[in-house]
Amino acid sequence: MSKLFVNKDKMSYLLRDLTIQVLIYSAIVCVSGVFLWILFDLIRGGSALLSWQFLTDVPRDAGRAGGISSILASTLLVLLIALLAALPISWATAILLTEFISAESPFGRWVRYSLQVLACVPSIIFGLFGYAFFSLYLGLGFSILSGGLTLACMLLPILVSTAEAGLRAVPESYRLSAVALGMSRAATLFHVLLPVAAPAWAAGLLLGIGRAAAETAALMFTSGYVDRMPESLLDSGRVLALHIFDLSMNVPGGDAPAFASALVLILLLLVINLVAMRFTYLWQRKKLNAE
Amino acid sequence: MIWWKHSISFLSASIDRWFSAALRIGALLAALIMLFILLFLLLESWPVLRHIALMRFFTDEAWHPLEDQYNLLPMVTGTLYASSGALLLAIPLGIASALFMIFYATPRTAVLYRRLIELLAGIPSVVFGFWGLTTLVPLINQWHPPGASLLASILILTLMILPTLALTSYAALVAVPKDYLQAAVALGLSRWGMIYGVALPAARKGIVAGILLAAGRAIGETMAVLMVAGNVVQHADSLFAPIRTLTANIALEMAYAMGDHRAVLFVSGLLLLLLVIALTIIAAWFGKTHHV
Repeated sequence: MSKLFVNKDKMSYLLRDLTIQVLIYSAIVCVSGVFLWILFDLIRGGSALLSWQFLTDVPRDAGRAGGISSILASTLLVLLIALLAALPISWATAILLTEFISAESPFGRWVRYSLQVLACVPSIIFGLFGYAFFSLYLGLGFSILSGGLTLACMLLPILVSTAEAGLRAVPESYRLSAVALGMSRAATLFHVLLPVAAPAWAAGLLLGIGRAAAETAALMFTSGYVDRMPESLLDSGRVLALHIFDLSMNVPGGDAPAFASALVLILLLLVINLVAMRFTYLWQRKKLNAE
Repeated sequence: MIWWKHSISFLSASIDRWFSAALRIGALLAALIMLFILLFLLLESWPVLRHIALMRFFTDEAWHPLEDQYNLLPMVTGTLYASSGALLLAIPLGIASALFMIFYATPRTAVLYRRLIELLAGIPSVVFGFWGLTTLVPLINQWHPPGASLLASILILTLMILPTLALTSYAALVAVPKDYLQAAVALGLSRWGMIYGVALPAARKGIVAGILLAAGRAIGETMAVLMVAGNVVQHADSLFAPIRTLTANIALEMAYAMGDHRAVLFVSGLLLLLLVIALTIIAAWFGKTHHV
């Protein structure tokens, strides 16, 4: 600290502060510039091919021609499976951790700790696990089902932590009032807590969907590469993110449809994120009114 | 709180017990997944761990998996070079972003910039990789062929871990008590004097935790690096040399790997997992608060 007080004249301090400020502002301009650059490139490259027909046509000639309808269908199915598997488990976990057992109990700590580690596992590891467990051990092969279940494992931490935050933000007075009225815990949960926490849960759900839609590495060896329209959940189906990867790396001349697919993916995620932000806003306003 | 066992909306006396039991099963499943992942990686890599000495992954002549040569070292250095390079670039940029949002920007600009960082965090890794492949790689190629290189992967990784660093540093700096900053201003410290002398030291632990989390992300990133790194198995001798990382190696060879080769890929997955878990545990110890 003493260094800051030595008798230099005031000018040199001003100069130092100014230099730092210029450096920080140039870093900000750099980051924003690159972000806009990426956005601009994607829009310029993708808008040429993007049309209603592109969305509703099946891919032909390894994806060079045609559209992405079957890819979108596979993506939707994988997401659906992932959510159907992950939501009950993660919401049950969140309710248990906040409403039924103390955060300091050994079981609670173990669950929370293992979810915290799970949140940091790289997606390629989920891919390896899904391949070894769902595809080979359970015999599901390269299928939409095994891809969806792998994604479900990946979504657990984010779904649990958002649902937990939603429940914890409900004022304690609500629970006290419910007890005073003689309600059971389950009744309190369904009639009092969940309606209040619903927007937070919806926001968490959307964040989860966004995370899942962006995933590639975990699905490479679980849901596979086949770009036909999936006929059952045991068919292999290529998701949108993997389609972009395959077009740009393995298909010469696939850049134009890859750009268009990337634009579709980004727009999809943007809409999901904006709706999630809207829900968070609603929830915060509700919370303010409640207090 | 004393919870009443009967109610007009749920008449069964034991509803809470049944409900709680069902919830416990769900939570147990959620917690078991981490153990399952470890178990299955171990199971799949066991055939190789049993009959190949661990040292061979570092002393074999080269990576020729089809001829029983399993030297993972080039991939390990590739991962280390790329992630440490990205950290070197992203740490100053991330901390500068956090400082900007708290100490320099007007509230409106700060919110706007925060949204931008959050959107950057939401861009899928495959899109980063695709942008790198179509924009960055040709640019580097003009400057110094071949383009797909260590430099390209460092730059792309920097963009990908920047949001993690910016948001965790932001959270750590916001948590610094206002009294400290007011005291610093009252003592006549200039803005940078306050940041450097008071705010940064007070937020140090949270920032370090963020750096460790970002390191974990950089090490584990697959798709973006796979697309821009060139994927040649070699020790990089310059920034422009193509490299292959551990994650890219798994993604590239898993599709056709058989027998021992496949088991070795699972071993490298296990290695990665343990590394990332270690980083996470140290980060949790530093930060005490977790960031999902």
